[in-house]
Amino acid sequence: MSTSVVKDVTELFNPEVRAEIDRWVAKYPPEWKQSAVMAALRIVQDDNGGWLTTDLMNDVAAYLDMPAIAVYEVATFYSMYELKPVGKHKVCVCTNVSCMINNADTIVEHLEKRLGITFGEVTEDGKFSLKEVECLGACGGAPMMQVGKQYYENLTPEIVDAILEGLE
Amino acid sequence: MANEVCLRTLDLERPWLLEQYQSRGGYEILKKVLTEKTPPDEIIEEVKKSGLRGRGGAGFPTGLKWSFISRNAPGQKFVVCNSDEGEPGTFKDRDIIRYNPHQLIEGMILAGYAIGATRGYNYIRGEFWEPYERFEHALEEARKAGYLGENLLGSGFDFELHSHLGAGAYICGEETALLESVEGKKGQPRYKPPFPAHFGLYGCPTITNNTESLASIPMILEKGGEWFSDIGVKNSGGSKLFSISGNINNPGVFEIPMGTPFSKLLEMAGGMKDGRKIKAVIPGGSSAPVIPGDQMMELTMDYDAIAGAGSMLGSGAVVVLDDTNCMVKVLDRMSYFYHEESCGQCTPCREGTGWLYRVVHRIETGQGRQEDLDLLDDVAGKISGKTICALGDAAAMPVQGMLRHFRDEFQYHIDHKRCMVGAG
Ligand SMILES: Cc1cc2nc3c(=O)[nH]c(=O)nc-3n(C[C@H](O)[C@H](O)[C@H](O)COP(=O)(O)O)c2cc1C
Ligand code: SF4
Ligand code: FES
Repeated sequence: MSTSVVKDVTELFNPEVRAEIDRWVAKYPPEWKQSAVMAALRIVQDDNGGWLTTDLMNDVAAYLDMPAIAVYEVATFYSMYELKPVGKHKVCVCTNVSCMINNADTIVEHLEKRLGITFGEVTEDGKFSLKEVECLGACGGAPMMQVGKQYYENLTPEIVDAILEGLE
Repeated sequence: MANEVCLRTLDLERPWLLEQYQSRGGYEILKKVLTEKTPPDEIIEEVKKSGLRGRGGAGFPTGLKWSFISRNAPGQKFVVCNSDEGEPGTFKDRDIIRYNPHQLIEGMILAGYAIGATRGYNYIRGEFWEPYERFEHALEEARKAGYLGENLLGSGFDFELHSHLGAGAYICGEETALLESVEGKKGQPRYKPPFPAHFGLYGCPTITNNTESLASIPMILEKGGEWFSDIGVKNSGGSKLFSISGNINNPGVFEIPMGTPFSKLLEMAGGMKDGRKIKAVIPGGSSAPVIPGDQMMELTMDYDAIAGAGSMLGSGAVVVLDDTNCMVKVLDRMSYFYHEESCGQCTPCREGTGWLYRVVHRIETGQGRQEDLDLLDDVAGKISGKTICALGDAAAMPVQGMLRHFRDEFQYHIDHKRCMVGAG
């Protein structure tokens, strides 16, 4: 998978993405650019509609002066990186214990019915995808879900409808 | 006696702002330490006196941990805050970061001063975007006010602090996996020794503490170790944030003295929903063995009382289950979690968590066999104490706890291929 084409790293990514990655690189010791890999992957993923291509991972590797394999390792280890296309709105539903005993399954069923997809799928129009996630540290508001960066707590099917209708 | 330490500013309108934090004396103790050049050893002594034990789950005495660092050894040292908050049931650090980020920052600077570290990172789980933004904003305010950067308030002490965002991996809450993650790698725990106090982040001496531990420091130093210790009980100094959730009316985060009766906490949390009967409690995050409800109602919330009942206080995450819950289903979900989150580095955990999950799952789905209960005991026993990190034990303990107290429900599932509990 690794490409050995030498690229001019200053040409990689658009200026905003580059500036944002550079802001993260500056947080770590100069010889530890690699520390910014998690942030870099998140930034390019957001910029690419929510998922990572091999080309993008290779670019991150080149930009941070890392072996491509080390970037793939990170991208496959952490659950928030997506290696396949996702919906414009990634709907992540917690099904861990506190949410489960507060009827998370009702929320899941409702979402599946309304969107016509199950976990791991994307709606035909590309607007939504569904993902099952582990405890998101908001059990006091169970059942809960995260859409994009936002948490939504104390869900009922009606509240879920209102949230989805409010999303462009 | 509630909200006296980490949540003491919660009643303010926008407590996360510097000006509001300072209206309650925020950063005063830092100024005092820096101008009086308090000897670092005195600070560590005070923290030891406070009886503060690590709030991340293991309960290791914080002052003692700090004393493992050779402050005068040359080279960089680091303070790392663990805001990965992934133990199911736990949601307190999120509130500290959202509502009192400056107290955490002040605590981290003081920790740095005490151990001779001039750099720190706060590892915030990747899903916590809103708390992360609050924290970033607070960092900016603190930097502008001269509390971060070089030569703080003319003292000659430098301290720089940044946040690092995770990307979804429970195992990164384990402190050496967390350090690997900051270094831009997969979050796989390291073999110990060497311990992070000698070989931590980037190979440098490092202390890692939980968000709540570090956010407690300013009040401990301001009011004294004894004041803090006296809030709590023997072996459990101070107050503690309990995240209480489950089948209750008013779930949330409550900062109360260690040693508070569980029944009182449950009352604060609005009692049982729909007047149902309490069946069981997971008292310290999902790794903590379950305790039957009746027994729990007699216990106090402190390290010794919960340990005496065969469980642990852990992160202070209390999950309350009513009598409509099937314990097999609950354990099925928990075992799935540990299987999913095992980093796969050591065989007993990688294979064992899979075994536990598959066996519990087949019991739950009516495929259980008579020998399965002994098999679960056996597998759990073969994981415990045989792994690189404590995730292996964390996966085994809930299984052992469930079989200890609710074996009949598992047996019923095997015999009748269905739940003993009507609602299951
Ligand atoms: C699998 C696993 C997950 C953990 N998750 C967390 C966590 O989310 N937050 C935390 O503070 N500590 C967590 N810990 C405990 C840390 O390893 C470490 O003990 C703690 O951060 C030290 O800080 P303290 O002494 O202030 O508690 C976890 C441990 C293990 C084994
Ligand atoms: S015990 Fe499990 S999570 Fe911990 S290092 Fe071993 S395989 Fe990884
Ligand atoms: S169990 Fe769902 S947020 Fe914790």
